[in-house]
Amino acid sequence: MTITQKTGASSAHPAGEATPPVASPGFPVDENSPQRRKVRSSQWVAWAFLAPVVIYLALFYVVPLYKNIDLSIRDYTVRSFVQGNAPFTGLDNYVKVFNDPTFWPAIFHTGFFVLVSILFQFTIGMALAVFFYNKFRLSGTLRALFLVPWLLPLIVSASTWSWMLNSDSGIVNSVLQAFGIGSINWLTSPGWALISVTIANIWIGIPFNLVILYSGLQNISADLYEAASLDGANAWQKFWRITFPLLRPVSAITILLGLVYTLKVFDIIWIMTKGGPANSSTTLSTWSYQLGFGSTLPRFGPAAAVGNILIIVALIFGLLYILMQRREARR
Amino acid sequence: MTTFATPSRAALTAAGASASKARRPRKTWYITLIGVVLTAVMLFPIYWMINVSLTKTTDMRKSPPNWFPIDPTFSGYQAVVSQQLPYLATSLIVGLGTVIVTLVLSAPAGYALAKLRPRGGGALSFVFLISQMIPGIIMAMGFYAIYLNLGILNSLPGLIIADSTIAVPFGVLLFTAFMSAIPDELMSAAKIDGASSWRTFVSIVLPISRNSIVTVSLFAFLWAWSDFIFASTLDGGGKIQPITLGIYKYIGNNNQEWNSIMATAVVASIPAAVLLIVAQRYVAAGVTAGAVKD
Repeated sequence: MTITQKTGASSAHPAGEATPPVASPGFPVDENSPQRRKVRSSQWVAWAFLAPVVIYLALFYVVPLYKNIDLSIRDYTVRSFVQGNAPFTGLDNYVKVFNDPTFWPAIFHTGFFVLVSILFQFTIGMALAVFFYNKFRLSGTLRALFLVPWLLPLIVSASTWSWMLNSDSGIVNSVLQAFGIGSINWLTSPGWALISVTIANIWIGIPFNLVILYSGLQNISADLYEAASLDGANAWQKFWRITFPLLRPVSAITILLGLVYTLKVFDIIWIMTKGGPANSSTTLSTWSYQLGFGSTLPRFGPAAAVGNILIIVALIFGLLYILMQRREARR
Repeated sequence: MTTFATPSRAALTAAGASASKARRPRKTWYITLIGVVLTAVMLFPIYWMINVSLTKTTDMRKSPPNWFPIDPTFSGYQAVVSQQLPYLATSLIVGLGTVIVTLVLSAPAGYALAKLRPRGGGALSFVFLISQMIPGIIMAMGFYAIYLNLGILNSLPGLIIADSTIAVPFGVLLFTAFMSAIPDELMSAAKIDGASSWRTFVSIVLPISRNSIVTVSLFAFLWAWSDFIFASTLDGGGKIQPITLGIYKYIGNNNQEWNSIMATAVVASIPAAVLLIVAQRYVAAGVTAGAVKD
């Protein structure tokens, strides 16, 4: 079983439910009985171990998130940002963001980037997982090498792809020219920039899909394939009749997790195109960064508003993922 | 990048476990050949990064480009040594700092969630699961506002704290999963011997959890090392900056010397390579531990 499922399982059965045997619920225990005191003191010990991380969560998760909401409902300027006395403006920033000419393109680009990335990552990852399921010489080593793109710092991958896709000196255009296709302005033309960053992102995400789907394949009994072989099924039929249906729960989890993490992607797009040219590869996350940090005149309010829209979308898919995972763990 | 680790590690585990019992078909050399070709295609960008890092500046704009580093130059790597060492050192410090913060916070929490049955522990685990899904840009903006008011923008401790938010939820969840597998008999034995919970944690749980400690440390280090968004927002004006900003500024300022840029990228990839080699060994150790337990 995967760790994700393990953690899912452990959170699906909150530790509180598994009450220690000393104080079974419904059994009347005297307020001051030694058992009751023991349970209470063990609760103190447990929370003492948790206290640092809870304080940490409050300070470094809750406060930044609160600050973000605060930024989005006030009219901040650089000056009031420092002094902290910006006037309350309610949902003004959100209205501004909705009416911004960048809003719908950013939504569309985010959707395109996420869906196309997932479609290809998942399909290629599935094909590779099935391929690696055939144990062959070097299969372990090669599978480990497939992880490399995913472990590299994103700045490394993004700058390498930038140079490979360079219009004049990039290797990709050089190959295209050799085949007589002619060169494409991958990163500098509005029609191709979004596709270029999506290609780079697919490359980075394939290992993740490969690895989860491969572990899913390990849980399918080999007997099923053997029985299918005896019945004369070919490889294609085995995939569609056995592998695909049995992998459906794992696939759903992979795709939902992929959605959440692809929505977050910022580095690759920012480093390769800065969301340009002319906002043609701007997504919600690069737009938020652009508004807040990308220019000399920061607009923190709208930036935070865009960020909060992004977080709502991410959390919807995130909750779906957790629901799926728990259903899986309960089986 | 950050949060993908949980499933991968698990998959490596599963993969390792089944590899041992797999029987090998007789004629597989052609499958191996296909596998090698697929891997080569997948890793081509990495080969290209290395190739470009060794290309002379005069050959950089050549068409078609040199496919192999015939007549290589090491001037790119000399540039790394002469210009990028401070950035690399900063990243090293930030990475190690993040590892310490992550371990100190997440190991005790994992122990409590796995073994001490706190009321509300399930809800807390749920919070950690959700917190991994918050986009970095949102955290960065919140941290920026706070750090500006506190006056700790462009400081290393500030960057370490921000980077640790990537790894702490992962660490807690991973420690919880692994420490749940420690037999309860071991804990009760310690208790009968009169050991306190803290004593049990330090002298029994931590030594047993060595593999998960290594895994969490490696990932925390790698994520801090690779972080760009916190570095660029919280340390963009700092005097001491990490290597991701070093590369980023390099790309911005200097569009000609791609051999130096790619040489820096190669050096910045070393921790990832180390992780792949070292973590695999530890994951394998984890598999055998699991096998004994079951």
